[in-house]
Amino acid sequence: MTLLEVEDLNVSFATPRGTLQAVQGVSFELEQGKTLGIVGESGSGKTVLSRAIMGLLSRHSATQTGSVRYNGVEILNAPNKQLRTLWGTQIAMVFQDPMTSLNPVLRVGHQISESLKIHLKLGKAEAKETALSLLMQVGIPSPVERYDAYPGQLSGGMRQRVVIAIALACAPRLLMADEPTTGLDVTVQAQILDLLSSLQRDRQMAMVLVTHDLGVVATRTDEIIVMYAGNVVERAPTRDLFKRMAMPYTEALLRSTPRIANPSHTRLISIEGRPPDLLNPPAGCPFAPRCPYVQEKCQREKPPLVEANPGHSYACWFPLDTAAVPQGAASS
Amino acid sequence: MSNVAPALAVAATPPVVEDNVVKKKLGLFFWICVGWIALIVVLAIIANLLPLPNPTFQNYNAPQNAGPAWGHILGTDDLNRDIFSRLIYGSRVSLIIGFLGGAIGMILGGVPAMFSAYRRGRVDTFLNTTSYVLLAFPAIVAVIGIVSFWTPRNIWKITLIIGIFGAPLIFRVIRASTLSYATRDFVTAAKALGASDTRILFKEIFPNLVPTIVSFGLIAVATIIVLEGSLAFLGLSVQPPTPSWGNMLYEGSQLLQGSSGQTNPWLVYFPAAAMFSLLFCLNMVADKLRSYFDVTEVKL
Repeated sequence: MTLLEVEDLNVSFATPRGTLQAVQGVSFELEQGKTLGIVGESGSGKTVLSRAIMGLLSRHSATQTGSVRYNGVEILNAPNKQLRTLWGTQIAMVFQDPMTSLNPVLRVGHQISESLKIHLKLGKAEAKETALSLLMQVGIPSPVERYDAYPGQLSGGMRQRVVIAIALACAPRLLMADEPTTGLDVTVQAQILDLLSSLQRDRQMAMVLVTHDLGVVATRTDEIIVMYAGNVVERAPTRDLFKRMAMPYTEALLRSTPRIANPSHTRLISIEGRPPDLLNPPAGCPFAPRCPYVQEKCQREKPPLVEANPGHSYACWFPLDTAAVPQGAASS
Repeated sequence: MSNVAPALAVAATPPVVEDNVVKKKLGLFFWICVGWIALIVVLAIIANLLPLPNPTFQNYNAPQNAGPAWGHILGTDDLNRDIFSRLIYGSRVSLIIGFLGGAIGMILGGVPAMFSAYRRGRVDTFLNTTSYVLLAFPAIVAVIGIVSFWTPRNIWKITLIIGIFGAPLIFRVIRASTLSYATRDFVTAAKALGASDTRILFKEIFPNLVPTIVSFGLIAVATIIVLEGSLAFLGLSVQPPTPSWGNMLYEGSQLLQGSSGQTNPWLVYFPAAAMFSLLFCLNMVADKLRSYFDVTEVKL
């Protein structure tokens, strides 16, 4: 059953220097219990996309067109009053930085039990009991003591666990995780991601996992969307994507992920150049200036997102398996 | 692989939870100041129960313009009234105008500021501009103007006027403080959990504002007490013979030079000392509280 349908979603911001196209024509569907990975580097529009789906962007500054349907109901540009019936109980979000997404002056337990009291109308004692069991589920040792702690008294990993507990409190059916591990160190990252995956399995919850790290989504998602400069440049089921990447950007992203199998002191590979200016996007393919396989046509015309194989679509004139001789690829 | 694994194993020890909140101390001086403010407040409240002569009673059996002595521990003024009694009763005026005026300013300025900063939009632009316009005009001139015409003067009218004119400044401070919290992730997170705007304002943002409200509020109280003193010195505060510190200073200033053949410096010393000590303590407490509350900046 399709839980979330996004169709031709565009988000732009009016800035003093012109219109900034943060997200362009994004479409996808997400089934109940499945996981979608959204991958891209900083500034590729992944966070804006996830906030647009949640309806958290300011109506004053963001213009959103297209369609976002949750359970068949249109929620894009819906009034906050309508969204409030979904927020927390149907759709919840885990934010990027656990240092700032908890209220510094309220006790951790209070922050978890608050939404239990609002949405589930639990009494004080019941809410506390549920909150304690949530703290236990997210793997916080001695939850009874942590219940009365302030966020400043917990480590980053613990705080992110608390953030997850808060998001899961009212058993949402869709969890948006916006770079849930970026602020944490690598070992804690794995713990948090495994925790999210296991909670998701237990609860039959759908999840959108936003990250810049292809390694993170490789084993934990059913489908992956690769974004670049606000556009979807490749979209495929996870297995297909890693078996046959079509878009040079996806390949570049994967190559810039450090691997444990590499000998030590291997130089980290980075993608040369910077993402294009979204106020003034280039006429052709947005990745053309940085692409090692760039051809003349790429700079002139923007490639559309086409479905080449069932389920696998990409926006590239010269996808990798048919690519011409790579320029500069020999050097690396 | 093998040379990487041990390093990972070390790093994989569970994150240490540290109680890194440094316990700050308020210090003895803070408590002396709190004690002094409390003493003045308590004396003002229970003044009627104290064995004090009536502050407006002109006791012709008492010496005129006398210094401290038994029976009149702070002496008497030119109308044979007991200065200590007038000082205690006079503190009521300063305290009521200061704290009540501050509270009125806080409600009239602070509550709109919170909504304005959180909702933004046109209403915010309007209120923001209005507060600038009001601040551009010196409050004391406006207050003097209104007070001179809105007679008969009494303490409640003066409190109200000063409270209203204090509101724009409080509006600016609370608005700025709310703005800095309104865009934080925890506010978005609360919104994404389905909390209503009012709930976010009062349950999420307001607790973060409390340190600002308390410390800036105390400074506002001190400023208002000075403002009342200035009005009284111009003869525009509560009507004599009702004692107020400002009135007493004004009367005392007439006797400093002895133009009428009398001099009584005590009449200036005591209210001035009382006002100075109260203001000093209020500012001190405000400052100490501000740095005490500043624990949210502690990061890992």
